[in-house]
Amino acid sequence: MAEFQVDGSVDITDVVCPVTFVKAKVALEELEDGQILSIHLNGGEPVQNVPRSIKEEGHQVLKLINREDGTFDLIVRKVE
Amino acid sequence: MGVQKEANTDSTGNTSRPDGAPASRWTASNEQLERYSRHIILKEIGVKGQKKLLNAKVLIIGAGGLGAPAAMYLAAAGVGTIGIADADEVDLSNLQRQIIHSTEDLGKAKVLSAKETMNRMNPDVQVNTYRTFVSAENIMDLIRDYDFIIDGTDNFPAKFLINDACVMAGKPFSHAGIIRFKGQLMTYVPGKGPCYRCVFKNPPPKDAVPTCKQAGVIGAMGGVIGSLQAMEAIKYITGVGELLTGYLLTFDAIKMDFRKIRLPKADGSCAVCGTQPPITELIDYEQTECGGI
Repeated sequence: MAEFQVDGSVDITDVVCPVTFVKAKVALEELEDGQILSIHLNGGEPVQNVPRSIKEEGHQVLKLINREDGTFDLIVRKVE
Repeated sequence: MGVQKEANTDSTGNTSRPDGAPASRWTASNEQLERYSRHIILKEIGVKGQKKLLNAKVLIIGAGGLGAPAAMYLAAAGVGTIGIADADEVDLSNLQRQIIHSTEDLGKAKVLSAKETMNRMNPDVQVNTYRTFVSAENIMDLIRDYDFIIDGTDNFPAKFLINDACVMAGKPFSHAGIIRFKGQLMTYVPGKGPCYRCVFKNPPPKDAVPTCKQAGVIGAMGGVIGSLQAMEAIKYITGVGELLTGYLLTFDAIKMDFRKIRLPKADGSCAVCGTQPPITELIDYEQTECGGI
C-alpha cells in the first residue's frame, strides 16, 4: 500500500452483505473528494460485490490487494 | 391554552439538549447500519439522507386510515421525532383500515396504541402523543416544533384549519382525503405553489358530502394514500425528487387510474395565502363528522 497515501481505513470483515457496502459507504462519506480509503474485506461475496457497488456510486477503485489470508484490501479514491 | 404533550419515553436513551431538542440520533452502530441499509445504499439517500430523517420532526394529525400507514412508514424509516394527535379511542369499526391498531387495542386511546406500535417497530423514534382534536385554539402550538405536517384527518373543518394554520406558520404539509374507492393528495410548501384553500376555497355545506359511515371506504385506500403522504414527508426531509406542490394526485381504485392534475398557480387572491388575505385568524368551522374522506 506504500504507493498510495491512504486517508482513512475501514474493516468490513465483521459484517455481511449488504452491511459490508453500507459500512464502506459510511467511511467514504466521511472523506473529502479525492481522498483515498482502504477497505479491509473478506473474500467471496464481499470481494465480488463491494468493488462493483463502489464503482456504481461513481468512486474510483485503484487497487485490490490479496493478503493471502482470505481477506483483501480494496483501495478506493472518493469521487463526489 | 397551550397543548399538553403526554409524557414521553425516549426509548433510544438519547439525551435531550437544553432546548428540548434531541441530540443527533445517528450513532453509526452496526444495528443502525443494518436497520437503514436499504436507505443508505440508495444513492439519493445515503448516510446524509438517513441522518436528516433521524433528525427530522413530523406531526401526524389523525391516527386513522391515513395516519396509520403514514406513522408506520415514517417510524420504520427512522424519522427521529414523530408527533401524533387524535382524541379518539380505538373502535372495532376502525380496524378494517387503521392497521396501526389491533383488536387488543380496542378502547385504548389511538395515540397510545399508535405510539406502542411505532416504538415496537423502531426504538430509534421518539413519539410525542397529543390526545386532542385540533382546534383554532391549539393548532399553532401543535405544529410549532415540527418540520412537516401530515393531514390525516377525516373532516373538512380540520382540513381547512390545518391548511390555514400551516400557511400562517409557514409550515409544509401533505393534504389527503379518501372515500369509497377514491383518494387524493397534494403537498403545500410555503412559496412553492397553491395551498388547499386556493383550490377548494371553503368547506362544503354541511350534509352536502356523504360521511365515511354513510359512504364507506375500502381499507387499502388508506394504505395507498397514507403511504404516499409518508413518501412526500421523506422526500421533503431528504430533498430528494419532486414534491406534489402545484399538483393534485387522484387515485381511482375501481379504474386503477392515477391522475396528476396540475393546479392553477397561486395568484395572490387566495383568502389565506394571498397578498392581502381576508383570513388572518384561524376559524373553527362547524364540525361535520367524517365529511368526505
